[in-house]
Amino acid sequence: MDLTWSAEEEEFRLEAREWLAANVPSNPLPSGDTREGFAAHLEWERALFEARWSVVSWPEAYGGRDASLWQWLVFEDEYHRAGAPARVTQNGIFLLAPTVFAFGTQEQQRRILPRMAAAQDLWAQGWSEPGAGSDLAGIRSRAVRDEQAGGWRLSGQKTWTTRGAFCTHLFGLFRTDPEAERHRGLTYFLVPLDAPGVTVRGFERLDGDEGFAEVFLDDVLVPDADVLGGVGEGWRVAMATTGSERGLTLRSPGRFLHTAGRLLDLARARGPGSHRDRVVQSWIEAQAYELFTLEQVTSIVEGRQVGAESSLNKLFWSQLDIALHEMAAELLGPEAEVDGPWSRGFLFSLAGPIYAGTNEIQRNIVAERLLGLPRR
Amino acid sequence: MRFAVTERDTALAEAAAEVLAKRAGAEQIRAGWPGGRTESVDAVWRTLAGVGVTGALVPESADGCGLDENALPPLMETLGRSGLPVPAAESVAVGAPLLAAAGAPQLPAVLGGSALLTVSLTPDAPVPFAARADLIAVPRGDGLRLYTRAEMETEPVDSIDGSRRLARVHAPSDGGLLLAEGPDELAVAYRRGVLATAALLVGLAGRMLELTVAHVRERHQFGVPVGSFQAVKHALADVELAVRFARPAVLAAGWAQAAGDPETAVRTSMAKILASEAARQAARTAIQCHGAMGYTTEYDLHLYAKRAWALAADWGGPTEHREFVAQRLGLAGTSDCTGEEAAM
Repeated sequence: MDLTWSAEEEEFRLEAREWLAANVPSNPLPSGDTREGFAAHLEWERALFEARWSVVSWPEAYGGRDASLWQWLVFEDEYHRAGAPARVTQNGIFLLAPTVFAFGTQEQQRRILPRMAAAQDLWAQGWSEPGAGSDLAGIRSRAVRDEQAGGWRLSGQKTWTTRGAFCTHLFGLFRTDPEAERHRGLTYFLVPLDAPGVTVRGFERLDGDEGFAEVFLDDVLVPDADVLGGVGEGWRVAMATTGSERGLTLRSPGRFLHTAGRLLDLARARGPGSHRDRVVQSWIEAQAYELFTLEQVTSIVEGRQVGAESSLNKLFWSQLDIALHEMAAELLGPEAEVDGPWSRGFLFSLAGPIYAGTNEIQRNIVAERLLGLPRR
Repeated sequence: MRFAVTERDTALAEAAAEVLAKRAGAEQIRAGWPGGRTESVDAVWRTLAGVGVTGALVPESADGCGLDENALPPLMETLGRSGLPVPAAESVAVGAPLLAAAGAPQLPAVLGGSALLTVSLTPDAPVPFAARADLIAVPRGDGLRLYTRAEMETEPVDSIDGSRRLARVHAPSDGGLLLAEGPDELAVAYRRGVLATAALLVGLAGRMLELTVAHVRERHQFGVPVGSFQAVKHALADVELAVRFARPAVLAAGWAQAAGDPETAVRTSMAKILASEAARQAARTAIQCHGAMGYTTEYDLHLYAKRAWALAADWGGPTEHREFVAQRLGLAGTSDCTGEEAAM
């Protein structure tokens, strides 16, 4: 047991801190979920890439630094501490990339990863459909074999696709075997959004940004080279990505520690005694999330499987994020509704218990897989 | 960075778990209640002493195991899970190492398990196990002093957890052996007690969850196991969540105490807060998910739930520890104000 960082990790921290201090835009960028904000964020993403900070844990050949998981946590901590912009590339980097590393061919890795790291290709996740949200295995969008063209013809509709209106590519699940039941017969496809037959319509989220999109596919030809993992293997391949989405990759503790720190500043500014019992509880929970993560990273580093435990992460951080923002609203009083970082953060936090598998689904997973309760 | 207990720190807990699995069940908890036959509890305690439990933090030179606070979380979680009615935190984490440091002649009897030792650091509060302990250490003047029970006046007090054998004690105005004095020494002792109690609570919460999972898998209503209903699943998933997030905080507090980390005091309070809240949540959810059976004394659940309620409030309840953390974080000024005033 040792909760101190090594000299090497501290050195890495210092390098990241110095670069961020010199480069993080002094004024917050407009929301990356709007068209003009997205463009500003892309500029930031490209600056990150130029300095090799966009994908620190990736191999150097693909634009990373071969950083360890520990170094990645250190970087995330510094990133949020510096108040750096939210990552509009995150769905590619944190959801698709782990799957490409695990299931992609060498050719796919070389073609996809460097352009993703450089924010040249921007990836959106195409899973949910109008009739299939929590029940993801119920998707109906289909892919029909076209032997002559050497590929598949995709048709159907995806929806609630985050930043779909601004992205260049989609990764998604499609039914390749109409006879197969539910999660059998699905295949993982990579689709350029400018392919003939694709129509994208952006629409507004609860927070007012045009951050969602519907993606309509009408007989879109996708070559065999853009199948990720085997045909019919889509469910297994996709589940590897949910693990990353719910677990460590999307939600490192840095973000919540930083929010908890801002909450303390707010409480101090409001004067002694302001709701301090609940402020302290929220702060403590942010620390608890970090400790849980450190324990989990130790397990991963030592080769143990995390699996269904990632549902615990997701439940905890999504509830914590709301609690931190609701607490801030109480401290702000009549100022709480004014547009700003706290009110925007609050609206965004409400999405946490929904995306990446609703918290109801996560509780089922915890109950069934960790506690062993009967499925039916 | 490595967040995992070492084999050295879990070995003693594993030895204790082996003893407890064979010899300590709900029957031993009942035996600890007034009117019960405490001989069987004492026998288990002597066996645990034999594998080194009582001397966990006592230096090897004084016939202890020579471990540090890193060993407390796994050991105390194991003891908590068993519900064995003994002053585990008070004697193992707080008292025994102080007796060793003070060169107390009673140390061998404590290490051997033949003398039951309890400690309280809270002036005037009822002292757990004082109604049946052989040795009692309480604050006197600005230090902590050790007395035999014969030297004190003890007045038993009924507790919701009868196995705690509470008593109010009155120490004589002189005598007693000085075990610790001054804020620094007392703070170390206090933090060890808080840490150990937090770990006991994690163990109790785990045990209540385990009993409840077994029950809802077996109990059928409407033709299906009640554990297949989402309302039940989600309530128990939330307990699992609370327990799984409390445990690392307890481990981190143990590490901080052993390593002399500057954040030790805050980390220790965090551990107690999260463990107390988790155990309370486990207790009320377990009782709810057992239905009317959970509200009986024939079934074992109440034995663990009552211990959890007692320990959640002992060694500082969550609000007291949050208040302490608030001061450390610079949130508590000299003047307090209510929510109403703050809004104006």
